[in-house]
Amino acid sequence: MKSRAQITNELLSVKLRGSLCLCGECRREKIHHRYTEVSQRSTEGFLRRFFKQLAWTVVVLCGLLFATSVATIAKEAQPNEDPKIEQRMKNLTEQLRCLVCQNETLADSRADLAEDLRKQIREQIKAGKSDQEILAFLTERYGDFVLYKPPVKKTTYLLWFGPFVLLIAGTVVLYRYLKNRRELIEEKPLTAAERKRAEEILRNA
Amino acid sequence: MNKYLLIPLVLFIGLVAFLLVGLHRDPHEVPSPLINKAAPAFQLPQLHEPTKTLSTQEMRGKVYLINFWGTWCIACREEHPLLVKYSKSGAVPILGVDYKYANDSTDERTAAVQFLAEEGNPYSQTIYDADGRTSIDYGVYGAPESFLIDKTGVIRFKQIGPITDEVWNNKILPLARQLNQ
Repeated sequence: MKSRAQITNELLSVKLRGSLCLCGECRREKIHHRYTEVSQRSTEGFLRRFFKQLAWTVVVLCGLLFATSVATIAKEAQPNEDPKIEQRMKNLTEQLRCLVCQNETLADSRADLAEDLRKQIREQIKAGKSDQEILAFLTERYGDFVLYKPPVKKTTYLLWFGPFVLLIAGTVVLYRYLKNRRELIEEKPLTAAERKRAEEILRNA
Repeated sequence: MNKYLLIPLVLFIGLVAFLLVGLHRDPHEVPSPLINKAAPAFQLPQLHEPTKTLSTQEMRGKVYLINFWGTWCIACREEHPLLVKYSKSGAVPILGVDYKYANDSTDERTAAVQFLAEEGNPYSQTIYDADGRTSIDYGVYGAPESFLIDKTGVIRFKQIGPITDEVWNNKILPLARQLNQ
């Protein structure tokens, strides 16, 4: 029988790096599950385990099929919650980034941190805080990065006004180029010699 | 050759340079707005003795590292042996915060006590953040996270993700020495 430390090291030997506990992926249940799996490897009854696991898989899959339709709602079901509060929370969290799964909004994310933050936001709404105060609460902790719409300030001038500067610069360049080109291809009347030669060419053609 | 033709080339090289720099940066390392600000105050029960608490006030006058971790966090397990090693040098006291999400129904306290007993305890003190509020106050989003705090209680450095030998030797230790002077 392996010690718990050995098994932990075994799990870690897959060289797990960085912020791996993403998006609610690695909760203890999972580690625990793998922990028992490793420790069973040395015991007998392979077939029995196989069928047991098969049965479990079928049960779990059926359960999942049924659950996915209700899961997102059920997980956070707040039957007693005031729909006004829920609506305000939804509006707020849709403008906020979940730092764990960076491309998800705080409203959509199922990371544990996002759930805790939604809980705190709900409490603050109930306590009568304004939207501005709640956004300030979050930016004080996580920085402007939580806001999908960054504030206009010195460090974001380039971000906000850069595209307009590029547009104006592009328009100026295009205008000057077209003007130059018109000058270059300005029509000049033919000289008498040129006209004569042109007529000759046309006649011979 | 028309000198204006060089403009797109220069712009292109600039763009490539930006993209190259971007490739080598970790998008998960978001600069914390808490650097050089007072560490958020807390008063939390100790992990091993729930009746006793520890507050930021009691830590005043010390340079210390505050490390947010949890037994559910795999990267923390990777970091743990290093913390044990650093704690033996005694250079910087490490205050551990056992972080539990409010929606996590498992018994994190028992698991944490057992984990420290088995794997060694690098922490001079450990406190238990049962509903994750203090961890949220510190803007923790990718455990483990560590903050170096100076004698006046100001955050001077933040490490997101596991501390490595390089970070410890080149950043945390020199800064702690400087702050201790």
